[in-house]
Amino acid sequence: MKTAIRTENLTRRFGSFTAVDGVNLEIEEGDIFGFLGPNGSGKSTVIRMLCGLLLPTDGTAEVLGNDVVRASETVKHSIGYMSQQFSLYPDLTVMENLTFYARIYGIPRRDRRARIEEVIAGAGIQDYRKRLAGQLSGGWKQRLALACALVHRPRLMFLDEPTAGIDPVARRELWNLLFDLSGQGVTFFVTTHYMDEAERCSHVGYIYYSKLIVRGTPNELKQLEELSPPGTVRLEVRCPRLPSAMRVLAEKPYVSDVTIFADSLHVLAEQGSERRIATDLESAGYPHAQVISIPPTLEDVFVTLTQRRKAV
Amino acid sequence: MFKGLTSIMYKETFHILRDFRTLFLMLLLPVMDLAIFGFAIDLEVRNIATVVYNLDGRQQSRELLDMFANSGYFTFEDVVLSDAELERAIVRGEAKVGIKIPPDYSDRLLRGESAQVQVLLDGSDSTVAMQALQVINAIALRKSIDIISESAGLPGAFPIDARPRVLFNPDMKTPYFMVPGLVGMIMQSVTMLLTAFAVVREKETGTLEQLMVTPVSRLGLLLGKLLPFAVVGFIEMVFALILMRVLFRVPIAGNVVLLGMFGMIFVFATLGMGLLISTMAQNHMQAVQLALLIMLPSILMSGFMFPIESMPKPLHAVAYVIPATYWIRILRGISLRSAGFADLWDQGLWMLAIGIVVLSIAVSRFRKTLA
Repeated sequence: MKTAIRTENLTRRFGSFTAVDGVNLEIEEGDIFGFLGPNGSGKSTVIRMLCGLLLPTDGTAEVLGNDVVRASETVKHSIGYMSQQFSLYPDLTVMENLTFYARIYGIPRRDRRARIEEVIAGAGIQDYRKRLAGQLSGGWKQRLALACALVHRPRLMFLDEPTAGIDPVARRELWNLLFDLSGQGVTFFVTTHYMDEAERCSHVGYIYYSKLIVRGTPNELKQLEELSPPGTVRLEVRCPRLPSAMRVLAEKPYVSDVTIFADSLHVLAEQGSERRIATDLESAGYPHAQVISIPPTLEDVFVTLTQRRKAV
Repeated sequence: MFKGLTSIMYKETFHILRDFRTLFLMLLLPVMDLAIFGFAIDLEVRNIATVVYNLDGRQQSRELLDMFANSGYFTFEDVVLSDAELERAIVRGEAKVGIKIPPDYSDRLLRGESAQVQVLLDGSDSTVAMQALQVINAIALRKSIDIISESAGLPGAFPIDARPRVLFNPDMKTPYFMVPGLVGMIMQSVTMLLTAFAVVREKETGTLEQLMVTPVSRLGLLLGKLLPFAVVGFIEMVFALILMRVLFRVPIAGNVVLLGMFGMIFVFATLGMGLLISTMAQNHMQAVQLALLIMLPSILMSGFMFPIESMPKPLHAVAYVIPATYWIRILRGISLRSAGFADLWDQGLWMLAIGIVVLSIAVSRFRKTLA
C-alpha cells in the first residue's frame, strides 16, 4: 500500500495561539480516514494545510508523495476539496458550475462532456442540470459540491464536515457515494461530528485542542486500555427516569463513569458489579433495571479520552 | 502563467450578465450621476444676494446701483435703512453682499472729489466673496474711468487695449470644463468598485478558498476577473461620452478613436486599483472604505475641480500617481482642444505605467493561501 498522506510534527500557530500542535498522521491510499474532534480543535486547519491553503508553521506534510509547501501546485491537480461552507457559485447553474471546474482543472474539451456526465451520474443530480446552484436544497448542494470536487478525478478527497446540516437520508446517500468511490481507489479524509459516520471509516483520528490524541481503526480504539481499565466492565443499564437514576449510580464507589445514551445509561463499573447495580437501583426506587455487558462505542472512546484530558 | 484565465473570464461574464440589477445600476447610475452633477456643478457665481443701504438716493447713486444690477452678478434682495440692518442681513445669511452709499456720494462726485462706497462681503463663502470682490472692483474702476474721461474730455479709448480671446471654450461654459472630468470620476468609481467587489464577494462566500485549491494561476485568476469588467468599463465610457456630447453639448473636437484608446488605458488602470483594493479588503465594507481612500483624492486633486498647479508642492506627487489626473487632461485635450496623439502620448504612457505597477502589486500581493 502506498501512503496518501504523511505528516510529521505538523504545527500551525496563529500569533500566540497554536491551532495544530505536532500532528503525526499516516494515511494509506484507499483509506477512508475519519477525522474527529470538538469544534475549534484544529480539524479544518489540518485540512487546509494538507490542501496547500495554509502554510505550516512547523513540521512537514506530504500528500501523494509531494511536499505540500514546495510542490503545492502539483498536489492541487490530484486532490479534491469540499469545504465546510457551501462554496459554489449560487448564480450559476449546476451544469455551469461543473463546466467551470472542469475547465479550470484543464480537462481537454473533448473529454469534458463525458467527465461531467460521469460525475453527474455518480452524484445522482441528473434532474438538476439547469437549476441554479443557489436554489438547490442542502443535500443536493452537497452532492453538487462533491461532483465539482470530483470532476478532475482526484486520487485524494478532503471533505470538511460534508454532512453537517443535511437530513439523515441525504447523509446516508452521500456516504454510499463515498463508499463507491473508495471502492474505485479514491482516498478520503473526512471530518465529522457524527459517531455513526466515524464507525463507517476504515481509520479514525481524534484531535483535541490542537493535539492528535489517538488514531487507529475503530476496533483498535475501542480496545484501548485507557477506555476499559483492567478490572472494569462496560455496562448498559435500562431503567425508568434516566437522569435521576444516573445521579444515583454516580455516587456509588464501584462506578467510575456513567452517561446517558439515548434510552439507556452507559456505566463503567468494577467487574462483577452487575447484580449490585440492579439491587442498588431497586432499593433507590428504580425497579426492574436491566443490566447487560456491552462493548464500548466510538463515542465512549472519545468522551472518555476527552474527559481524561480535561482532568489532567 | 495564465492558467485558468479563460475559464475565469467565462464564469465572470455569466456573473455579470445574470445579475441584472447590478448591470442595470452599473449602466444607469453613472448616467444619472452625470446628469445631476453636470447640471448642478457650476463654478460661475451668479445672482449673489445683495442688500442696499442708499443714504444718497440721487441720480448718481442710482446709476451706480444699476451697474451692479445689470452686471448679472447681483440680485437686490432688499433695501435697508440702517447700518445695523445691513449687518444683520449678512449675519443671518440673507445676503452675501451689502452696499452702503453715503449721503454725500453725489455731492463729492459733482465736486470732483473721491466718493466712498462701502461694500461688505460675506467671507464665510470664499468662492462667492472672491467673485463678488472682482466684479465690484471692476465696476468701480469702470465707473471711475467713465467719470474721468468725461470730465477731461478724453476719447473713449485707453492707451492699452488688451483683447483676450478665450480659445476652445469661448463662452467659458462650466460644463465644458466639468463634464469631461465627471466622466472620468464616474468611470473610475464604478469600474474600481465592481472589480473589487467581484473578488471580495468570492472571499465572503468562500468560493475563493475553493478556487485556491485548484491549479488556477494568480495572474489567470486576476486577469480573468479584470477583463470582463474592462468591457463593462468601456461600455460605460461610451455611455458617458454620448451623454456628455448630447446632453451637455460638450464638443468632441478631436479624434474619437484616440479618445477611446486612451479611455481603455484609463479603465485598465482603475481596474488594477480595484484588484489592489480586493487584495487588501476582506469584505465589502472594507472595500468601500479603501475605494473612498482613492476616490476622494481623485476628486479633489486630479485637476477635476482645482488646478494642480495651485496645490502645495508635496501634494503634486499625489496628483501624479492618480490615473484620473492624466485621463482628465486627455479628455479635455481631445474633446475641447482637438489635441492629437503627438500632444498627449506622454499622459497615456504615464497612465499605462501606473496601471501596470498597480496590477503588478495586486498580483504579487495576491496569494493562493489564506492569511
